[in-house]
Amino acid sequence: MQNQQTYNYKVVRQFAIMTVVWGIVGMLVGVIIAAQLRWPELNFDTPWLTFSRLRPLHTNAVIFAFGGSALFATSLYIVQRTCHVRLISDKLAAFVFWGWQLIIVLAAITFPLGITSSKEYAELEWPIDLLVTVVWVAYAILFFGTIMKRKTPHIYVALWFFGAYILTIALLHLVNNAELPIALYGGSWLQSYSVYPGAIDAMVQWWYGHNAVGFFLTAAFLGMMYYFVPMQAGRPVYSYRLSVVHFWALISTYMWAGPHHLHYTALPDWTQSLGMVFSLILLAPSWGGMINGIMTLSGAWHKLRTDPILRFLIVSLSFYGMSTFEGPMMAIKTVNELSHYTDWTVGHVHSGALGWVAMVSIGSLYALIPKLFGRDGMYSSKLIDVHFWVMTIGVVFYIASMWISGVLQGLMWRAVNADGTLTYSFVESVEAMYPFYFVRFLGGVLVLVGMFIMAYNVWKTVADAKPANDAIPAVAH
Amino acid sequence: MSGFWSGWIILITLGNILACYWLVRWTTKKRPGEAATGDVTGHKWDGLQEFNNPLPRWWLWLFYFTLIFSLVYLVLFPGLGTFKGVLGWSSQGSQYGAEMERAAQTYDPIFKKYAAMPIEQVAADEEAKGMGRRMFLSYCSQCHGSDAEGAKGFPNLADNDWLYGGAPDQIKQTIMAGRQGVMPPHKDRVDAAGLDALANYVMSLSGRKEADAAKVAQGQQLFTSNGCIACHGADGKGNQALGAPNLTDNTWLYGSSADTIKETIANGRNGQMPAHADFLGADKVHLLSAYVYGLSQKK
Repeated sequence: MQNQQTYNYKVVRQFAIMTVVWGIVGMLVGVIIAAQLRWPELNFDTPWLTFSRLRPLHTNAVIFAFGGSALFATSLYIVQRTCHVRLISDKLAAFVFWGWQLIIVLAAITFPLGITSSKEYAELEWPIDLLVTVVWVAYAILFFGTIMKRKTPHIYVALWFFGAYILTIALLHLVNNAELPIALYGGSWLQSYSVYPGAIDAMVQWWYGHNAVGFFLTAAFLGMMYYFVPMQAGRPVYSYRLSVVHFWALISTYMWAGPHHLHYTALPDWTQSLGMVFSLILLAPSWGGMINGIMTLSGAWHKLRTDPILRFLIVSLSFYGMSTFEGPMMAIKTVNELSHYTDWTVGHVHSGALGWVAMVSIGSLYALIPKLFGRDGMYSSKLIDVHFWVMTIGVVFYIASMWISGVLQGLMWRAVNADGTLTYSFVESVEAMYPFYFVRFLGGVLVLVGMFIMAYNVWKTVADAKPANDAIPAVAH
Repeated sequence: MSGFWSGWIILITLGNILACYWLVRWTTKKRPGEAATGDVTGHKWDGLQEFNNPLPRWWLWLFYFTLIFSLVYLVLFPGLGTFKGVLGWSSQGSQYGAEMERAAQTYDPIFKKYAAMPIEQVAADEEAKGMGRRMFLSYCSQCHGSDAEGAKGFPNLADNDWLYGGAPDQIKQTIMAGRQGVMPPHKDRVDAAGLDALANYVMSLSGRKEADAAKVAQGQQLFTSNGCIACHGADGKGNQALGAPNLTDNTWLYGSSADTIKETIANGRNGQMPAHADFLGADKVHLLSAYVYGLSQKK
C-alpha cells in the first residue's frame, strides 16, 4: 500500500542523472568531430575515429541518449504528477530504463565499428531496431496505462504532447526501419537493406527524419515546457485555447513537411510542393507553443532577473521561436536553392538542438533534480547562472558561424563568371570554411564546459542527499 | 499516378488545410458557462492551471495568411495530385530547361569562338587558359588534382608522358569518349617466384639498379611467354593505341615499389576515365583539351 501512496521517482532519478552523463558523452563526441573538420588529421588514420563513424555516434547520442533520457525522466515524472497516481508498474519502469541504456551502449559499440543501416538518425541496425521497438512498447504501456488510471478528470496539455510523441515515434520507427537482413541473401547477420526502392526510400527516410525533429525534438520537449515553465514561473499557462489549436495543427501539419529535405531531387514536383506549403503552415502552430510559454511569464517577468532556471527556459523558447521561423523559411524552394547542402542546415539544426532542446532540458533538470532528492534547490544557483551564460555564448558562436559559413558556401557554389564557368572550385569553398569551423569548435567547447559545470552542480546536490519519496497529494477540484 | 490516388492526395491535402481553419474557428467560439477571458479554466493538475485567454490576433492572422498562401500556391504550382498548376511550372521542364536555355544563349557563343580555333592556338590564349583552368578545377581536379599532377591510379597530366597520346586530337578523344585502361590479372598463370622475377625485369627496364640480375633474366623470359609483349611491346615501351604504359621511363601510375608492381601483375588494374561528350558537349571539351594540352607544353 505504501507504493500506492507515493510516486515512483526512482526511474525519474535514473533517467535524470543519465541525461547529464549522456549529454557530456554526446557533446564531447560533437566537439571531437567539430575539431576534425578544422584539423582533419585528428582522425589519426584510425577507421573508428573517422568523422563518418563518429558523426552518427554524436547525433544518436545527443538526440536519443541525452534528449531521450531527458524525455523519459520528465514524461514519467509529469505523467505521475499531473495524473496524481503512481506509474502502473515499477518493474516495467525499470525495464524501460535498463533497456534504453542497453540500446545506447550497443549504439556506442556498433557505430564506431561501421555497423550502420546508413539512414540518417536511424542508423541502428535491425537487431537493435527490434530492441528499440520492445522498449518503446513497454514505455507506451507505462505512460498510457498511467494516464488511464489517473485521478484527475482532465488530461494536462503536457501529456497530449508526450502522448503524440510516443505514438508517432513508434509509427516512424517501424515504417522507416523496415529492412531485410542481408543474411537472407548470404551476407552478414549484422547488416540490412531497406525494403523501399530509390526515391521512395528517400521520401520515407525524410518523412521519418523530419518527424523525428517534429515529434521527438519538438512535440515532446513542448510537453516538458508545458510543465516546467508554468511551474517555475508560478503562473497559470497563458492560453488553454491556444494550446488546443497549436497542438492539433502542429501534429497534423508536421506529418507533411518531410519532402522539403528533398527539394530539387528525383522526388516528384507535387510532393516537393506539398512539403513546402505544409512547412509554411507549420510556422503559426510552432509559434503557438512559444507564445504560450513566454506569455505564461507575463506578470512575473521580474523573476527572470533572479531565477537562472527560468532564464534557461525562456531563452530556450526564444531559440525555439527563432528556429521554427528559420525552418519554414528554408523550406521555401527559392531559399532552399541557396541553403541546401550547406552549413546553414547544420546551424539551423543546432539552433534547435542546442538552443531549444538542450536548454529546455537543462532548465527543467535544474528544477527537477532537487525535487527528486528532497532538496530545496540546486547546490549552487550561481553555477546555474554561469552555465547559462557559458552555454548561451557557445550556442551563439555555433549558430552564427554556421550561418555565415553556410551562406558563404551557397554563394560560392553558385557564383558564375561571365563566361559561364564556376568562379570557385569546390575545394576553394572548403578552404573558406576553416575560420568558421574554428569558431564552431569554440562554441561546442563552451557548451561542453557548461555540461561539466552542470555535472559538478548535480553531484554536489545529490551526493549525500536521500532519495525523495513524495506522497501523492489529493486532487484539487 | 492513377485518378484514385490523385483524388486521395487532393482530398487529404485540402482536408488538412481546411481542418486547420475549422480548428481555429471552433476554438475561438465562446461557449455558455465557460470561464471569462483572463480567468483560469478551473482545471488543476499538480497545482498547475490554465488561463482562458483568446488566441493572439496577430498570430491568428499569421496562421490565416499561411493557409491562404498555401491554397494560392497549390492553384499556381503542381501539388494537388495530377493537377499541374495554372502556371505550367515544372522543375525539369520550365525551370531547369529555361535556365539551361538561357545559359546556352549567353555562353555558347564564347565556347563556339574557341571551338573554331585549333587546339594549339586556344592553348596559347590567356582568356581561354583561365576558362580552361576553372573548368578543370570543377570537372577534373577530383581525380587528377588541382595541380593536374595526378595521384595513384590517376595520371599526371602536367608531365608530357601520355598513356593514350598527347597530341591535341588524342587528348580531345580521351576527354570526349573516355578511356578504359585494363591490365589483366596474372595470378593464375604466374607463381610467386615468377611474379618476383617479372617485377625485377620490369624494374630493370627503367634502369633501376636494385633489380636482381638472375631474376631479371628469368623475368625477361616470362615477359615474353606470358604475353606481356602483346600490349607493352617486346621492348617494353608500351602502346598508346591500347593505352598500355611505357615500362621503360620510370613513370609509374600505381606506384614503383616491387610489391606494388607485383600487385599490379598479379591482380591487374582497371583505370577508368569517364566520357564527357554528353555531359559537357564538344565545344567545352575542345577548350578543356586545349588547357590540358597546354599544361605539358611549358617545358
